[in-house]
Amino acid sequence: MSDAIWAGTVGFTGHEQAELEAYLARPLGDRPRGGVVVIHHMPGYDEGTKEIVRRFAAGGYAAVCPNLYSREGAGVSPDDQAAAARAKGGVPDEQLVGDVAGAAAYLNSLDHANGKIGVIGYCSGGRQSFLAACSLQIDAAVDCYGAFVAADPPADFPLKARSLLSRAADLSCPLLGLFGEQDSYPAPSEVGVIETELDKLGKEHEFHIFPDAGHGFFSTDRAAYRPVAAVEGWKKIFAFYGRHLAA
Amino acid sequence: MCTYLTENFELDGAGKGATGWFTVSQGAVYVDHPYHATHEHTVNIDFTNPSEGPSARVAVELTEESALALVEAIHKTLAAAPPGLASTKR
Repeated sequence: MSDAIWAGTVGFTGHEQAELEAYLARPLGDRPRGGVVVIHHMPGYDEGTKEIVRRFAAGGYAAVCPNLYSREGAGVSPDDQAAAARAKGGVPDEQLVGDVAGAAAYLNSLDHANGKIGVIGYCSGGRQSFLAACSLQIDAAVDCYGAFVAADPPADFPLKARSLLSRAADLSCPLLGLFGEQDSYPAPSEVGVIETELDKLGKEHEFHIFPDAGHGFFSTDRAAYRPVAAVEGWKKIFAFYGRHLAA
Repeated sequence: MCTYLTENFELDGAGKGATGWFTVSQGAVYVDHPYHATHEHTVNIDFTNPSEGPSARVAVELTEESALALVEAIHKTLAAAPPGLASTKR
């Protein structure tokens, strides 16, 4: 099996027909493969997230990360786009769902797509991965330490996001949740609330709370990086997608 | 955690960004995830001019200790200078 990949910037059509930027990585081989939509964390469409996209391609998937802040202007650097989007209170939920739907359709339009779509998100993207899986027909979703899935943000936060627990009944696919025991947002107690709700609804899920890890433990370029949790987490992600995104 | 808590204020001055000098009209201070710093959270300060678009921005991402040292240094410097020397009313 060839492990060669192609990676680079592409365009796709997102919510309300907006033309958006994205980073795509895909294997060069011709085996049928699933697609993965990677939802970046709140600081934006950065090098760390692009590395994650390439890792999925090296693992045999076509993966795309939409730049959720594309609307802040073409030619504007991703950090300035992120600051501008943040000043507006972040990405509205409806827009996120439309953008993920567009990214999934884009992946399914590529040669050798098998029609299966996974989503994965980190930090705010973890909540957005859960949201996408409750709003769209997805085949496997991964939530990496997404806060405000089971709890609303504190009242004085300008963040528009609200708890998604009432949407859990609409979860369209199995959910893998990867969390840090030392994280406060989401705290293990919030993770427990999500798990209880999914148990009650009979929704397939697999949650792991890693010891000695907090928020952002997958981020290799930050002090929060925890190699034990990250290495084990990556194994669980590939095993999960292997079960649910195969042809 | 993505706090989104932000202190916005008007500014009158100039800053040097990626494309050169521009007039600064707005400031924002927030404690949130940084873009470049390796800490999970930092005190982020943006000096911007929204009328010139998102690229008109000078950004710093500081640890809490660094941000407080900056505040102290500003107070000390202003206290040492003749009163009103850098004031807009001068």
